[in-house]
Amino acid sequence: MNKITESLLRVVSEFGGSFQGAYNVREDGECAGRQSSANIKIESKKEGPGLVIHVLPGTKGETVYIPACVTHGGIDDLVYNDFYIGEGADVLVVAGCGVHNEESTEARHNGIHRFFLEKGARVLYREKHIGTGKGMGARRIDPVTDITMAENSYLEMDTTQISGVDSSMRKTTATLAAGARLVVRERLMTTGTEWARSDFDVTLEGEDAGVDLISRSVARGNSRQEFNSCIRGKNRCTGHSECDAILAESGSVIASPSLEAAHIDAALIHEAAIGKIAGEQILKLRTLGLTQEEAEERIIQGFLS
Amino acid sequence: MEILKLEHLAWDLPDGAGIIKDIDLSLESGKLVVVTGPNGGGKTTLAKLIAGIETPSSGHLFFEGREITGLDITERAKLGIAYAFQQPVRFKGLTVRDMLELASGKKLDDAHLCDLLGKVGLCANEYVDRELNASLSGGEIKRIEIASVLARRAKLSIFDEPEAGIDLWSFARLVETFQEVRRQKAGTLLVISHQERILSIADYIVVIADGYVRGAGPREEILPTLLADERSPRCPLGKESARV
Repeated sequence: MNKITESLLRVVSEFGGSFQGAYNVREDGECAGRQSSANIKIESKKEGPGLVIHVLPGTKGETVYIPACVTHGGIDDLVYNDFYIGEGADVLVVAGCGVHNEESTEARHNGIHRFFLEKGARVLYREKHIGTGKGMGARRIDPVTDITMAENSYLEMDTTQISGVDSSMRKTTATLAAGARLVVRERLMTTGTEWARSDFDVTLEGEDAGVDLISRSVARGNSRQEFNSCIRGKNRCTGHSECDAILAESGSVIASPSLEAAHIDAALIHEAAIGKIAGEQILKLRTLGLTQEEAEERIIQGFLS
Repeated sequence: MEILKLEHLAWDLPDGAGIIKDIDLSLESGKLVVVTGPNGGGKTTLAKLIAGIETPSSGHLFFEGREITGLDITERAKLGIAYAFQQPVRFKGLTVRDMLELASGKKLDDAHLCDLLGKVGLCANEYVDRELNASLSGGEIKRIEIASVLARRAKLSIFDEPEAGIDLWSFARLVETFQEVRRQKAGTLLVISHQERILSIADYIVVIADGYVRGAGPREEILPTLLADERSPRCPLGKESARV
């Protein structure tokens, strides 16, 4: 892998010079390194670009790294990765993406990840996105995550996009069987003229399925964000979504949450709040000796932590 | 040694109504001074003027002999003035540990955090990693606010009605903490309070009503008069400036 990829990997996928366990590094649309482990098998898809990742039933405490990097303009990388998580497995999946562009043509990564969790499987899915480089060409990341959860499975999705991505369109869909639980934590900051959109569509099919979706975002400069969520309760279930956004300078945010309940015992809640940093918060931190600017940065840093 | 001096301090609402009217006051270093008086009398406004949260319409403030009238909140904080809000603000994403470390200006180990939170009757193990958000009760957030000011070890710490929203047991612990700060000569305390328990440990008491200092002096002198006249709708004291 090249130096830019190494640099991006350190930010997006906890890369410390090497990966321990199973991994596949994608660089500019090509495989730049792969390793399977005894319990986690990574294979190329036969019918197109992408991977099939099998985590054997009962696998515990292992990590699989599936980062992707685009290191220059003129690349439009599309990849389909399917994760099959065996019954009772409990693993960490790290799937960050970095796009670097010093050129005038667009650089884009579009990762389509499908998760199939068997009964009782547990996954912590970390996904960090970053854009770097000073080229005029746009840096785009358009992730798609499609999750199918069997009975009593659990998936926690932790996504972060802090800076440098000119345009991103995230789509996440999930279908949960009985007793399954999905937790999504999204943190997003846009600056300059960046644009980001997040769509979440979760269907709670089974009895006692549950979803907790928390999105915190900051829109600075002239950036724009859109947040759309739909939670569908088709059985006795619990669903909670929370969209908090801070506006700074001329940033704008549109939040469009929706809930659909088709069962008398579907308990669905949505909370949304958009506004500037509360003046009282800044005052409090200034009484601790921080300047106005330091207080604002600390509040945003905490909000997105 | 004089730590704070107010000269002809006044603050008006935008419509011109006077809230603080020509206050002269001088505080001695290392003492516990309690400011009391009827609601709406100007106590909180006075505290905010000292901390720099409000700007006086006229008059002057001096801290350790230096004029601070033109200094902002941050500059006064850096000089050694700390302020505990009557109604603390909540923060999504900031933990109790974050707040106490920001206040103290350094990383704090568990023992130090435990000591600070113990002063306000909270157990560090249960609280340090909790966010300062709506999951905390009013009493809990208030006690953390007080702990954040104690963490600063400021030369002048201002507490605006610290008893509000706090249970009896935590209040008793807080009174002990104020006494401890005074005993260790760890700074001057300016406490706005109506509580007899706090008035009874004061070195000096300042009575503010209708924007004026109506009385000020040693506790032994002021408190009996206040207690004797507690049923009277009129303020018992008539002085308009004071050195305490």
